[in-house]
Amino acid sequence: MPDIRKISVTVNGKRHEAEVESRLLLADFLRNTLDLTGTHVGCEHGVCGACTVMVDDHSARSCLMFAVQANGKSITTIEGLAQADGSLSILQEAFRQKHGLQCGFCTPGMLITLTEHLRDNPDPTEEELREVLTGNLCRCTGYQAIVEAGLDAAAKMRASKAEHA
Amino acid sequence: MKPAPFTYHDPATTAEAVAVLASHENARPLAGGQSLVPMMNFRYAAPDHLVDLNGIESLRSLEVGARIAIGAMTRQREVEFSTDLAAACPILIEALRHVGHRQTRNRGTIGGSLCHLDPAAETPAIMLLHDATVTTQSAAGSRDLPMGDFALGFMTSALEPDELLTRVSFDAWPQDHGWGFEEYARRHGDFAIASAGVLLTLDARGAVERFAMVIGGLGPTPQRLHDFEAQALGAMPDDDFIKAAANAARSVEAMDDAHVSARYRQHLASVMSARALRRALACAAQRSLQHA
Repeated sequence: MPDIRKISVTVNGKRHEAEVESRLLLADFLRNTLDLTGTHVGCEHGVCGACTVMVDDHSARSCLMFAVQANGKSITTIEGLAQADGSLSILQEAFRQKHGLQCGFCTPGMLITLTEHLRDNPDPTEEELREVLTGNLCRCTGYQAIVEAGLDAAAKMRASKAEHA
Repeated sequence: MKPAPFTYHDPATTAEAVAVLASHENARPLAGGQSLVPMMNFRYAAPDHLVDLNGIESLRSLEVGARIAIGAMTRQREVEFSTDLAAACPILIEALRHVGHRQTRNRGTIGGSLCHLDPAAETPAIMLLHDATVTTQSAAGSRDLPMGDFALGFMTSALEPDELLTRVSFDAWPQDHGWGFEEYARRHGDFAIASAGVLLTLDARGAVERFAMVIGGLGPTPQRLHDFEAQALGAMPDDDFIKAAANAARSVEAMDDAHVSARYRQHLASVMSARALRRALACAAQRSLQHA
């Protein structure tokens, strides 16, 4: 008999009620149950970072959490990063402009990691960005362009904040 | 790459959690899940009952005073960003920055790391360096163990199957202590091949007054250099002293694996020790000037 639990999870601002088997990983719940396939599954043991999502206020590996553990929590995936009108976030736009993605496999995790980091550290050094990105593996774009996109987004986010202040 | 089926338990209190552990065969506590869940995904671990500790608020605590006490389910992130701990125990913060990555420290816990007891893990090494006391709880009651007795062997703690680790505590070192932590890993966030931690205080003459040194990654558990620590007391910390510390670190028995020979591990331990000791000495000298 599978161990089934009822959960209530808010994903990208929308509440979902579901019945899940306890062993279902959060990553698989997002992709297969909610059809949010923007979260990618790479290594399934917490090394590659492609499945990184925001759980409440902090980034986490969705392959290292069970869906049942997300009960009552608020999850943000890459589908939740764009602005309300559908236009790209400043960080996403910077990735596009600076060639921060090529095949795009690692991109969801890169964006979540950097979204969290730039929120907590709006004026990062290149070294700090490189350190936080050690938790996300890229095998094709190369980190140079990703780091440049992060620095560019940070500068634009600071400017936009100053403008609205 | 998917976990085998299990029954999920989410107790709200430690008492409930230990009752579940005591009444079920093949039950495992789940802390941050940054080591256990990968093992379950690979089916290296296949518990029939998973006891999720994430809902037990009483296991999340951080007390910083003359004695420092950390609840088992306190996340590595919470310790890493504690300004009180940064002042009282900076070596723990420095060591934690080497633990995995931002995303894994956001969920990984202090207690989980101590129980998983990877030979290269930083948290057990730092607790051993501080002669920490580990507190456990079972349905039968609680007990206190020195960290040295808790770390029994390769990824094996002294926890009984029906027992939980609830907290770890240790005395803070004096404000003017010097500290140094160094490790070598092939990539940032990887398991260290070798690590070294040093705590020391110097007397008015500049001689070593108190000294503790730990080596991680070489043997199945972290090792204190008790013989060298005893010899160090009263010594003047010159280049010969640093060389002697590096030699003591080199003599720790080391494991071989597919990537790294025992000899290379020992070599790295000696280099890391010398670097950690130099940093600790510079730090103590600077701090004694500030306090003079």
